[in-house]
Amino acid sequence: MHVEVKVPEIRLRQAQTQPEGRSGSEKNPAQAPRDGHSPVRRFLLSRGNSAVADRGFHWLMVLCALSIFGIVALIVWELLKGSHLAWTSFHFEFFYKSYTNTFDGQTSYWDPVNGQFSAVPFIYGTLVSSFLALMIAVPLAVGVAIFLTEMCPRMLRGPLAFLTELLAAIPSIVYGLWAVFELVPLLRVHVNPLLTQYLGWTGLFKDDNPTGLGFVAAAVILAIMILPIISSLTREVMTAVPHSQREAVLALGATRWEMIRMGVLRNARIGIVGGIILGLGRALGETMAVTMVIGNTPEIHKSLLSNGTSMASVLANEFAEAVSDLHRSALIEIGLALFIVTIIVNALAQLLVWAVTRGAPAEAH
Amino acid sequence: MSTGQFQLRSRLRGATDVAVTTLAILATVVVVTPLVAIFAYLLVKGAASLNVDFFTHVPKPPGELGGGMANAILGSGILLVLASAIGIPIGIGGGIFLAEFGRGSKLANAVRFTADVLNGVPSIVMGVAVYGLVVSQQHSFIPFSGHFSAFSGGVALGIMMIPTVCRTTEEMLLMVPHAVREAALGLGVPNWRSVLSITVRTASPGIITGCMLAFARVAGETAPLIFTALGNQFWSTSLNEPIAALPLQIWVYALSPYDDWHRLAWAGALVLIVLIVLAVSLVRFVTSRGVLKGTS
Repeated sequence: MHVEVKVPEIRLRQAQTQPEGRSGSEKNPAQAPRDGHSPVRRFLLSRGNSAVADRGFHWLMVLCALSIFGIVALIVWELLKGSHLAWTSFHFEFFYKSYTNTFDGQTSYWDPVNGQFSAVPFIYGTLVSSFLALMIAVPLAVGVAIFLTEMCPRMLRGPLAFLTELLAAIPSIVYGLWAVFELVPLLRVHVNPLLTQYLGWTGLFKDDNPTGLGFVAAAVILAIMILPIISSLTREVMTAVPHSQREAVLALGATRWEMIRMGVLRNARIGIVGGIILGLGRALGETMAVTMVIGNTPEIHKSLLSNGTSMASVLANEFAEAVSDLHRSALIEIGLALFIVTIIVNALAQLLVWAVTRGAPAEAH
Repeated sequence: MSTGQFQLRSRLRGATDVAVTTLAILATVVVVTPLVAIFAYLLVKGAASLNVDFFTHVPKPPGELGGGMANAILGSGILLVLASAIGIPIGIGGGIFLAEFGRGSKLANAVRFTADVLNGVPSIVMGVAVYGLVVSQQHSFIPFSGHFSAFSGGVALGIMMIPTVCRTTEEMLLMVPHAVREAALGLGVPNWRSVLSITVRTASPGIITGCMLAFARVAGETAPLIFTALGNQFWSTSLNEPIAALPLQIWVYALSPYDDWHRLAWAGALVLIVLIVLAVSLVRFVTSRGVLKGTS
């Protein structure tokens, strides 16, 4: 009863001393008091006889939130512990070393049975397949985002956005299955001969691999997989560009493309770069689909049509059946390297995307 | 600038506009094609291979025709129940903290950022971490540790659910208007009670769909299970033993040399996709119907 009488008084006093205190803080959270509560709520919270239960509940929720840090700590700790053996045996050499085979003089990098471990072919494979995938995916993704935000009839927008969302929800293993049985034969019969014929002079496409597996197949399936991520983020930052920008450019007599280029893309470029980097992060860590089509050979060839391997796929293939402790430890060290790279890439992307979308109007569409 | 030059430039600008429009449409077509192709192949191949046996039989030995994936479906179910039991409460708790207690605080920003980054960590790395924690050695404080087990697989999937559930819960809670909370508190309801039975309940359709999205995502995960749950060709319901899972089984079958196993892999993929598409459509339905909109 007491509370009901007192609340209006408080509100009144607040309204007098701080003219825009409450309504202002609700509309714009940035100006809210430090704990984010309105004065009314703070007053109500300070009363009551359940302080112990409330505090307990509060700390329980804090504990749940802190578990996120716990997970990161767990991953770092387990990876460091597991890779300790490989680290003490190879140090930094692990990331650039190569071995010379004793009987045929060939360069080799990875021979678990003879205790030869070097991460070079895996790093090479991950980088090559990811960047190739980005080269395919980025122009397409930006094109789709432009179409969906600026050109698409309203009727098509919903279904198309839903389709790209679905594409993001399909599990990696299903992409892999499709790639093994449909994409790889298609590439082998129709695309690889063309690549060899027209781009063979670069030396990057040598059709000496009859399986159709390899970097190109991995890059194509990776591109299909990261497209929805890049395009949906690009779409997000493009819709966050205020309409006044578009209208201003159009009012100066620009065509639609000039409006998109000057009014939209220029304003959204940081966010688009963030989306691309986020896509790169996904591509670097993608495991199953790549494992199924990249060929899994720890060698380095100039030709993009040859078999390769990647950091994630060697883990998937060899970890459960590691032949020695050193082998397993070397694999964990590859996992650690992959973890560090993806953390950096993702943090960078997140910061870029946040930088753009934070100040954006929430209702922009 | 002379009139001729002006006209030329104007025409050039118009042509560029048309060209870019065409390219954008073309890009959309190119992107939509593989999706349609994947779904078409899945439907055609999967539907042709699905039969009652698929849901009721365990795999036959290599070379023998027939058999199904009953054990993998059950195994996936067990793993997902375990993962949800770990991931959903902790995730929702973290989301409640972000939306109700830590709004604007440095800790909340750090948690939010870490959760987003954690979402992008490759699932195979999660598998390695859980391998190190549960599988590789015997800990007295962790049950079923020391060997490959269904438990370790469930833990790996559960950990992966936490960041997703946490962030969607936060987003949904932020949509609940302040007035609702103040009304509850004004009636003398303790804060914890107001959060659980007023705020969380108001946002529950959104939170549930968020959980389903996380569920659908880990349902298709293969990489973290390879060296935790390991897979199993036989019936197993024990948390203490390796267990089969649908994505793992698809992987093994897809790379096998037997046509009949390929057939089963397609059927398994179809079942998986139907599950996920249902979840995603439900999420979209709930969020677009404005169950939550209008309250904010």
